[in-house]
Amino acid sequence: MAVKVRIPTPLQRLTQGKEEVAGKAGAVIDIINDLETRYPGIAERISEGGKVRRFVNIYVNEEDIRFLQAERTLVNDGDEVSIVPAIAGGKGG
Amino acid sequence: MQDITIPGHIFDDMIAYCREGYPNEVCGILGGRGNSVSGIWKMRNVEASPVSFLMDPKQQFQTMKSLRNEGLSMVALFHSHPDSAAYPSTRDVALAFYDDAAHIIVSLVGEEPQARAFFIINGTVEEIKMNIVLSDRAA
Repeated sequence: MAVKVRIPTPLQRLTQGKEEVAGKAGAVIDIINDLETRYPGIAERISEGGKVRRFVNIYVNEEDIRFLQAERTLVNDGDEVSIVPAIAGGKGG
Repeated sequence: MQDITIPGHIFDDMIAYCREGYPNEVCGILGGRGNSVSGIWKMRNVEASPVSFLMDPKQQFQTMKSLRNEGLSMVALFHSHPDSAAYPSTRDVALAFYDDAAHIIVSLVGEEPQARAFFIINGTVEEIKMNIVLSDRAA
């Protein structure tokens, strides 16, 4: 059993329309880098320099990885990883 | 880009929620099918700021999951501009990740709130029409 990775709608263009793809068990950052080998361009939308981008939230099952071990959070077979870009904005200033 | 359809009572609820949150920016999700809205999810702005918003990430995650489980999607994302125009700011454009959802901005500048809707794709802003179904307005 692999890791199930949920892809947000705008990035499904890079996964041939797939809402869910399989990942290999391991650290979150390794899963992202592995996705890049199959779906080029996806890693830079999620991470930068080995760190998850500020406005991207990643959950392992129900837990935000920022409250776990961040990019180094270990994901096991059968776990679900959800990539959830933040919804943010405003007038600014 | 497709115009979106919003039942009147949901549109009014969105405006009321934006007013309630004044002077801070308010945010939320309009869910539905295709380009037709069927529900409003009022979200928490964790920045509690008059010039910016960040939707509560956990609440967003859970809402997106329940929408999916109900076979719904995010038709539009809304937020208020308490003291500026109903047009995407530089920050709105820079942070608009969900280019498959419309972005509604509610300005509270005038006597009456003004709402406009846009698609923001790769930094390009295009206004769309909101069809408000008046017969769906609460009495």
